[in-house]
Amino acid sequence: MVEFRFHSRGGQGGVVAGKLMAVSLFKEGKHVQTFPTFGVERRGAPVMTFVRISDEPIRLRNQVYEPDHIVILDPSLIQHFDVTQGLKKDGIIIINTDKDVSEFNFPSDFHPVAVNAARIAINHKLGSITQPIVNTAILGALAKITGIVSLDSVVAAVKEEAPVKPEANAAAAIEAYNSVEAVAI
Amino acid sequence: MQKVLTGNQTVSWGVMRARAQVIAAYPITPQTTIIEELANLVDEGKLEASFIKVESEHSALAGCIGAAQAGARTFTATSAQGLALMHELIHWASLGRLPIVLADVNRAMAPGWTIWTDQNDSLSQRDTGWLQFYCESNQEVMDTAIQAFKIAEIVKLPVMLVLDAFFLSHTAEAVDIPEPEEVDKFLPPYEADLKVDFDNPRAFSGMTGVDIYQEFRYLQHEAMNEALTVTEKVDQEYGKQFGRTYGLVEPYRCEDAEAIIVTTATATSTAREVIDQWRDRGESVGLLKIRTFRPFPTELVREALRGVPKVGILDRNICPGFGGIFAQEIKASMYDMEEKFRPDIYGFIAGLGGRDITPDTINEILEKTIHPEKTEKHLNWIALRD
Repeated sequence: MVEFRFHSRGGQGGVVAGKLMAVSLFKEGKHVQTFPTFGVERRGAPVMTFVRISDEPIRLRNQVYEPDHIVILDPSLIQHFDVTQGLKKDGIIIINTDKDVSEFNFPSDFHPVAVNAARIAINHKLGSITQPIVNTAILGALAKITGIVSLDSVVAAVKEEAPVKPEANAAAAIEAYNSVEAVAI
Repeated sequence: MQKVLTGNQTVSWGVMRARAQVIAAYPITPQTTIIEELANLVDEGKLEASFIKVESEHSALAGCIGAAQAGARTFTATSAQGLALMHELIHWASLGRLPIVLADVNRAMAPGWTIWTDQNDSLSQRDTGWLQFYCESNQEVMDTAIQAFKIAEIVKLPVMLVLDAFFLSHTAEAVDIPEPEEVDKFLPPYEADLKVDFDNPRAFSGMTGVDIYQEFRYLQHEAMNEALTVTEKVDQEYGKQFGRTYGLVEPYRCEDAEAIIVTTATATSTAREVIDQWRDRGESVGLLKIRTFRPFPTELVREALRGVPKVGILDRNICPGFGGIFAQEIKASMYDMEEKFRPDIYGFIAGLGGRDITPDTINEILEKTIHPEKTEKHLNWIALRD
């Protein structure tokens, strides 16, 4: 079983990112499970979303405390939370940022990768300039970086499930996929 | 057809497949997305139903009662304070013998204000004469939703379909959605024996004198007893057609068990994983899942626990001043069992207000059940903060 934890804020699409990732992997025949930890439901509140992927039926229904990999949709969360808490050694950190990843000083146990998902989302008119919706771009990048799911599956899931602008969301996923390099895991 | 659905979406799709005709509902977290999805399905023409927006949960159930009395298949959904506000009409629906199906997304009662899961909202409705089914997975939610209408319409009692807030309601996983024509074969349109009929006017729920009220209660009680066999039969029939059955209880790896833990809802799923780990280490432990709280499967529980030395019961609920509610029911079921077969029973409270039930929670309960030297018999709080 592989476990992911997404960090986002309410309204940014972290929960939908989990769902889209689950649908992508379901299309590849995997067992999947995703759920958010809601705090109070409001825009801007920190939200964690978990995704479990397995070749066997998934029975654990508790939260994920020791993820294999994490995805950070909003880098401002890093100031307030220990986002890498419980992250397994050699875990990948995918972070939406325009900065160089070295600026975040993540422990050397991990493989951080920066994705400028906000720029890509803005290019495709997803959300607004101040509040871009980065989830589909992040997923495209995740497909390339982790190799855990194919771009085709991500694009198919996005076209089926994206609440709005399926074509633009799919294009953002493809652009993000092509903007990053795979990490050997 | 398989789709990745949240627990709440699953309820909505199950209700669509069951072809509910009237839905009256009022939003409340974490249930709201059930009725949002149903409103969409009605709006898109995928479900031919009247969707009645109302001003409170009390009115929601009143709407369902009126519609059911008129012979319609009816559905509503709620949580916590919303269910509590329905309480007067919860009794009415059952004594009126109306086969309404209600999805309750388990949410802890306020205050302190909370939106997270525990079972006190639904268990507070224990003595109202509703059937209650506690679900472990989204697939079980789908299958139970469809079964619920059939069972309700046979025994003429309302059914509460219960699922954990967030751990099911907002959890997405793959669900097999039965084909509409298959569900139609299993669940034909509802034909009420007695209903509002303008050509043949009747009075319903009128003044019931001292000479006859007790008999109404007797018949309600008998209907609940009948629900034990009807639930089993409907589940078997469902299994023949769709390949999945659940039973009223499910013993898991209980062969020659030294100790068994009793669980409900999503805690069961996590506990299966833990039981497998203990069995792999050679420990003789097992699990008993209870799916139906009403009717309470007394005989099946007795059979499963008879002769087992130690039993630990996980309650995600509390009867203040007494203990866990499932523990009460199970102990009452075991009272007149011969002493040599009657297990030592330990009660555990965990996971209130949405606190996570992890493998460690289950491990601790198993440890304290197997090695009870420092375990209280009646009530043990797990992971209680100072």
